[in-house]
Amino acid sequence: MLCIVDYGVGNLFSLKCSLDSIGVEAVVSSDEKVIRSADRIILPGVGAFDDAAKKLRDTGLDKVVVDEAENGKPLMGICLGMQMLFEKSYEYGEHDGLGLIKGNVRPIADVIPADLKIPHIGWNALEFKGEKSPVFKYINEGDFVYFVHSFYAADCDESTIAVSEYGAPLTAAVQSGNVYGCQFHPEKSGRTGLNILKAFCETEV
Amino acid sequence: MITKRIIPCLDVKNGRVVKGVNFEGLNDVSSPVELAEFYSNCGADELVFYDITASSDGRKLFADILCETARKVFIPLTVGGGINTVADFDRVLKCGADKVSVNSGAIRNPGLVTEAAKLYGDQCVVISADVKRVDGVFRVFAKGGRENTGMEAIEWIKSCVGNGAGEVVLNSIDTDGVKKGFDLEMLDAVCNAVNVPVIASGGAGCIDDFTTLFKTLPKVDAGLAASIFHFGEVSISDLKNELKKNDIPVRLGW
Repeated sequence: MLCIVDYGVGNLFSLKCSLDSIGVEAVVSSDEKVIRSADRIILPGVGAFDDAAKKLRDTGLDKVVVDEAENGKPLMGICLGMQMLFEKSYEYGEHDGLGLIKGNVRPIADVIPADLKIPHIGWNALEFKGEKSPVFKYINEGDFVYFVHSFYAADCDESTIAVSEYGAPLTAAVQSGNVYGCQFHPEKSGRTGLNILKAFCETEV
Repeated sequence: MITKRIIPCLDVKNGRVVKGVNFEGLNDVSSPVELAEFYSNCGADELVFYDITASSDGRKLFADILCETARKVFIPLTVGGGINTVADFDRVLKCGADKVSVNSGAIRNPGLVTEAAKLYGDQCVVISADVKRVDGVFRVFAKGGRENTGMEAIEWIKSCVGNGAGEVVLNSIDTDGVKKGFDLEMLDAVCNAVNVPVIASGGAGCIDDFTTLFKTLPKVDAGLAASIFHFGEVSISDLKNELKKNDIPVRLGW
């Protein structure tokens, strides 16, 4: 059973539906026991970093997620959920993340030409980095995924498994052992996205 | 590189797609769910569902349709029609919409954009503007294009973006239904005024109209159309292949 962590941020309906559609038994829960008993965890997130990180801490689920990930349970952060895996975010100030992956979250505006629009919104191609990650088992380099974000993960070369070009190579996906992150929305990325979720659900525990 | 998006728009009334459609392999041509799946499989980059029912029964049906679509279609869904309050945003977002487009609701209450953007983020709020030339000036029209608000369109759109709208759908009443191409002059004016994605709507009659759109105005992010897709005059895969041939970045496959 996979658990989508519900900490009061964003709409989890589409994510749950996408997992249903590939035959993965998934529950949406904020219950520590459920999260601890799950085989895998997805940490979703939309909105502002500070607000979401606070909500996660207030529920006490931050410790549960970190604990489970450190014990080797496969964890995938999506969009803001991915950004929260890092050490710090510089989204309107300086905020602590979960520190599961080395790196920081910084404004896209710092690295792309001024004439490009922000947020980076729409379909962009994945360019793999390093050895092909197990989550990309069913997809090919150059496949398109759907992004919506104004901040990106920086200083994380070691864990970067894919980038997308938008005036600069922006971190699209990361992996550090059993901890994965997608900046894009796999649940909104058509067949490619479903194939990434499927591969994540098949990674070894 | 970010690709240009191709977006079919489905008008839904009492739970059915309004414009008659006829596709091979599609049993129920007026089922929004089936049509949405069909378009998604053809490579549509996003779908717009427009609720044109006025009754509360119709609204309930629309919500059911939306939930059902979200269970089967995994590309971004934008919903418009009858969005007047943040409660309306909430109602459609819970059913799986990713973005909500406001038109008359924002004209009546400009605070709606601000409030919704704060609650759900800029990326969630789409301003949809029906614009028509009146004595050489771009004017915003309300109530499905029937009522001239008297407001100058470019300033109005700029103010909506300033209030937090993360995307603009520009529907030119002048070119809508004429099928002789998008309103390049109007689109250019909007693209030069805002720095959020602009979606062109109104006037597409053939594949070349999309090629011309993206070649002439590289700042336009997406092309939206309804009847030419519904009636099978233009297939999304042919359209995308042709755009690709013209070096316009598109997402092929699905």
